[in-house]
Amino acid sequence: MDNFIKVLIAKPGLDGHDRGAKVIARGLKEAGMEVVYTGLRQTPEQIVRSAIQEDVDVIGLSILSGAHSYLFPEIMNRLKKADHSDVAVIAGGIIPEDDHKKLKELGIKAIFQPGTPISKIVDFIENEVQK
Amino acid sequence: MEDNIDQLYADIQRGNENTIAKAISMVEDGTKDAVKLMKKVYRNIEPAYLVGISGPPGSGKSTITQSIVQLWRKENIKVAIIAIDPTSHFSGGALLGDRIRMDKISTDRGVFIRSMATRGSLGGLNSSIYDTVLIFSLAGYEYIIIETVGVGQNEIDIVKLADTTIFVTVPEAGDEIQAYKAGLMEAGDIFVVNKADRPKSEQMVLTIEQLVSFRGDKEIWKPPVLATNALQDEGITDIKKSINDHHIYLEEKDLLQKNRREVIRAQMINLMEKKLNEKFISPILKDQKFFKHIELICKKKEDPYSVVNELLSL
Repeated sequence: MDNFIKVLIAKPGLDGHDRGAKVIARGLKEAGMEVVYTGLRQTPEQIVRSAIQEDVDVIGLSILSGAHSYLFPEIMNRLKKADHSDVAVIAGGIIPEDDHKKLKELGIKAIFQPGTPISKIVDFIENEVQK
Repeated sequence: MEDNIDQLYADIQRGNENTIAKAISMVEDGTKDAVKLMKKVYRNIEPAYLVGISGPPGSGKSTITQSIVQLWRKENIKVAIIAIDPTSHFSGGALLGDRIRMDKISTDRGVFIRSMATRGSLGGLNSSIYDTVLIFSLAGYEYIIIETVGVGQNEIDIVKLADTTIFVTVPEAGDEIQAYKAGLMEAGDIFVVNKADRPKSEQMVLTIEQLVSFRGDKEIWKPPVLATNALQDEGITDIKKSINDHHIYLEEKDLLQKNRREVIRAQMINLMEKKLNEKFISPILKDQKFFKHIELICKKKEDPYSVVNELLSL
């Protein structure tokens, strides 16, 4: 019996930069995870539906546009409504520290700033999934 | 426990997406409940019509898949897509990126997209792929598309599951096509030259037509070679029509059931290999003794043939 960790890397909203998301996707793959990457400009509806159909353990949201305070609550609400709150949601990109507390209250498990080593993210995910 | 399985079965049949997705994961992970579920599914469910799409990376498989699905959706046909990408032999991980090109159908309630990694640990086809086909069939999807990158034996084994296999290529493939001759060229029922607005597409169509015309039997299906431009939605109706024609051909010649017996045969072999690996080979690989033998073979003190016989008590 195998137990693979499956992660969805998603870019919500109008944000055309996915270098970071791709680096993370590749890094997690190298760490032995199965990574679904859905591409640019995803709506909260698309992200939640992908997470359900793919049955991922973790959703990684990458955002640089500054719209996280609008998009993240929408995503978390939709997950709740779809009875899919057991998935761990983490975030990365340009997210000012002032906003972290509020986002964590929404249920976002971790927020990784630019410069975070991939190994730290890998460790976090492995710990989170084992719980 | 049996009640749980019945409940799971009923929820899948009702089309509950959360349950379908969880059931596929169970099958992928090979849980005990998954085996119980699949026992019931195999005894009750006829598979939906299965279309395989294969071709080199970047040839437009996902875009074509999306366009065909959009046509079927206009007729209110429910479609499931299994998008398969290779598992890395080095890390065991996989990058599953087929959803990127299926953006237009990703929120359609009548479409279910599932990405899967090949995972085949010790060679052989991952048996959970066909089990996933049956789970989608139970859930009422009328067409199921399996999409794979067209390289390697593993992928050919996957396309062989399909009732209709579409092989997609591009005009520039040129001589590369020769390499496919002994592989996917033989497995294709429909050939598509995508990005046909580019130079040399007619030449490519002719090359493939010549290749497939060498197939012996005159009475059998003559694979159409279609020129498409998937980004502009050109030629997609031709693919849809050819799938339909091939389906009718299989029904008329009584070949659909024959193909499906072949699939069950392959699935049986997969399951036997899996069991043998689990029961006999995997424990040996984990045993310290195994590493010692490798050392001794490298030091010319032993040879692999004798050791294998010893390890398997043959």
